[in-house]
Amino acid sequence: MRKKSNQYTKLPARRHKWLSSENLSGWGFILAAMIVFAFFTLYPVISAVFTSLQDYKPFGSAWVGFKNYTDAVKSTLFWKSIKNTLLYTAAVVPLSLLIAFVIAIMILPFEKKTQSVFKALYYLPGIASGVATAVVWLWLYDSSPSGIFNQLLGLFGVSSVNWLSSSNTAMFSLILMALLSSHGSNVIIYMAALHGIDNTYFEAAEMDGATFMHKVRYIVFPLCKPTTLFLLVTGIIGSFQVFMNAYMMTGGGPDNNTTMIGLLIFNNAFNYGKYGLACAQAIMLAIVIAALTMVQFKVMGEDVEY
Amino acid sequence: MASGLYSQHLNNRKLRYMRNAVLIAVLVIFALVSLFPILYMLTWSFGPAIEAASNSYSIFPRIWTMDSYKAFVNYSPHSFRWLFNSLVVAVATVLGNVVFASMAGYAFAKINFKGRQTLFFMVLIAMMIPYQVTQVPLYILIVREFQMTNTYAALILPGIATSYNIFLSKQFFTGIPTALLESAKIEGCGQLKTFRLIVLPLSKTILAVMAINTFLGSWNNFFWPFLVTSKDAMFTIQVGLKTFKFSNGTLLSPMMAGACISAVPMFILFFALQKYFLEGVTVGAVKG
Repeated sequence: MRKKSNQYTKLPARRHKWLSSENLSGWGFILAAMIVFAFFTLYPVISAVFTSLQDYKPFGSAWVGFKNYTDAVKSTLFWKSIKNTLLYTAAVVPLSLLIAFVIAIMILPFEKKTQSVFKALYYLPGIASGVATAVVWLWLYDSSPSGIFNQLLGLFGVSSVNWLSSSNTAMFSLILMALLSSHGSNVIIYMAALHGIDNTYFEAAEMDGATFMHKVRYIVFPLCKPTTLFLLVTGIIGSFQVFMNAYMMTGGGPDNNTTMIGLLIFNNAFNYGKYGLACAQAIMLAIVIAALTMVQFKVMGEDVEY
Repeated sequence: MASGLYSQHLNNRKLRYMRNAVLIAVLVIFALVSLFPILYMLTWSFGPAIEAASNSYSIFPRIWTMDSYKAFVNYSPHSFRWLFNSLVVAVATVLGNVVFASMAGYAFAKINFKGRQTLFFMVLIAMMIPYQVTQVPLYILIVREFQMTNTYAALILPGIATSYNIFLSKQFFTGIPTALLESAKIEGCGQLKTFRLIVLPLSKTILAVMAINTFLGSWNNFFWPFLVTSKDAMFTIQVGLKTFKFSNGTLLSPMMAGACISAVPMFILFFALQKYFLEGVTVGAVKG
């Protein structure tokens, strides 16, 4: 409980003058960045809120209140895209964390040089652009019997599958692709967390006769929890915005089975010119993401002490 | 060195070798699986430039030629221009961020000016906003209001000082001892001189990490260049590759050649500057 004391203890020496050298140099340093920020971030965000309340037309938009929001909520495609996004996220994020965790644990016992080699190998696929990756995977999923995945099935005597154009497998194909091409940075972040665990914990556990699995279960898991949480939330946030693979590989099809929210917003805006609707949907997405970030900060804040 | 998670098996060296051999084997198999698409891309880019359907294709091509690279390059008279455009945009974006974002980051960290808290808070909030929110208004602003379609300015300006880079450099500069900066001030250095002569030399690593991440992000960016370019001559390599894909969907090797042209420059950069790339991953992550 602090009282407002500054009205009684004015310290003239500490008062800012508008034209003090600190102010001038501070503003000078941020000027360029803030102009860019104002034009290309601040203005678009404010404008997005206005646009979401309008029926946008190049010459004279009309105010429609919350109609875009109610339209969005009423549309079945909107809910389908949310369902698809959640399905994709629920499959990709936890599994890719698990894969990264296991790889990081396996890299751990080796010398620094070997560790770096593996880190680099696992990181490499993530460097190729989304377009290049999609182009390659499109061929791996080729529906003819000579497509790589179909050849693989052929080894087990299974007949060829229309990976990307059958509604049974399209979503699965996108999930598999995400799992196999994006664990590099997670591995590296887990490695950093594992290196941060003090050896005395393990030594003490060993004295008590703990096995390897015990150590993982009772020491590594709890101490990596903040890292896991961080990767989980950033993973979910990233996954909610997935656009590239659905756009390049399936175009959202078949029958909108792989239309995710990012692609839906893109289509509404740039294929159908429904700017207001697209902005309304994007703002709803932003609110969900903001809520997730708050959860992250809250839980992380409680967890930092160890 | 090895962590205490694993037993050293001091009394049984054989067992330790065996365990490490098994781990290495599993790791190599894992790595091969995740690197397979890249291997496939590299090898098939040297395959013949014919319809894939006309020859049932194996895992690796039987005939090795440069024809597919020629086919990709000849697809558009501007294909080299695409690479050049990507390079120009990436370099300009990197320079902008290294100069403007780091200056802003420094001011937010070390200069006590009016409005500092509020403005930095706005930058923080901006980092959480997904790009879907700003994409439509930004598109309207650049394309409709400013009429900047097919210009370098449209490709470069929106990303020239990102909130993320301001935040990243602010975090780093906060760690520089204030006493050091004050002694420079006493010696008669102005803020700009202090920044240039004292702060920047101390921050080479963070600036390199920032430069590399920004370069990679800009080179690989597809979405924005796709929205603001309509003429072939102004495409970046990613947009060019996408256009090629949608018109030549049946040509396996030329598509792989195109993918290689877009991806291999980044692989080379990665192997040359691996240390900074890998450092960049953990620098952005909050450590609990």
